[in-house]
Amino acid sequence: MTTATAHGHATSTGLDNRKLAFWTFIGSECLLFGSLISTYLVYKGRSVRGPTPQEILNIPLTSVSTFDLLMSSLAMVLALAAVARGDRVWARVWLATTAFLGVIFLGFQAYEFTEFVHRGLTIRTNLFGSTFFTLTGFHGGHVLVGVVWLVTLLVRSFQGKLGPDKAVNVEIAGLYWHFVDVVWIVIFTVVYLIQ
Amino acid sequence: MTQPPASAEPKHPGTGTYLAVAAVLTIITLVEVGVFYVPAFKPVLVPVLLVLSSAKFALVVMFYMHLKSDHKLFTLVFSLPLMLALGVGIALLLLYSVFASG
Repeated sequence: MTTATAHGHATSTGLDNRKLAFWTFIGSECLLFGSLISTYLVYKGRSVRGPTPQEILNIPLTSVSTFDLLMSSLAMVLALAAVARGDRVWARVWLATTAFLGVIFLGFQAYEFTEFVHRGLTIRTNLFGSTFFTLTGFHGGHVLVGVVWLVTLLVRSFQGKLGPDKAVNVEIAGLYWHFVDVVWIVIFTVVYLIQ
Repeated sequence: MTQPPASAEPKHPGTGTYLAVAAVLTIITLVEVGVFYVPAFKPVLVPVLLVLSSAKFALVVMFYMHLKSDHKLFTLVFSLPLMLALGVGIALLLLYSVFASG
């Protein structure tokens, strides 16, 4: 039997167990969002009454929110790089930027949801409403969890507890955040652009 | 029992790579939106958008999530559920005749 170490703990793979566990969790998240997206696609175009996607979806606005989330992924990976090299100032800047961009995205979602309700589309209106709000609602919930996680890391950074030895913690938060971004890439294409 | 040296941390991309990836992601998003609004692309809209979004997906996963530079076990742990999700999705679409015409 061979052994190797990762971060001082003996593991049979030489890899950090937390990171491996989180990639496994991300695999399960693929199945969750895969089922939600599949359900949306199965019911697509089968609503017996409106509003329809063509009538209600705002592509320019959602394009801006998509760009916002992409830039938040950039900020996240720059935050990880800053933590890894021990740059406390820039770690805080990039963590705060990522969280801020996440809040902006949630703001866009909140605006979109309320606008849709005002125009007569709710989760109970038709199949499009049910599948759209379920899918994007779950995604928005994940973004909210990510923002809370980032703020927690930011607080720990200000407490002086986010040094290079804790970079794997930031990396795991980054994996979650990037996955949320990747899911939105799919949603933006499948829901908004392919009508 | 053999004792290989402690595993070295993989070398992750630098800031320049991250910025380049962000630029490419922005360009691809602009192209996606552009393709959506150009009537000439309507016959090939779906495959073009799927290819472009797949490219964005791959860039984020490989460079921002570091799958390209990390141990291949992470790639395996991610790819298998992803393939399963894709397979189940396609099976559902076929089952409910989403691709059928008329």
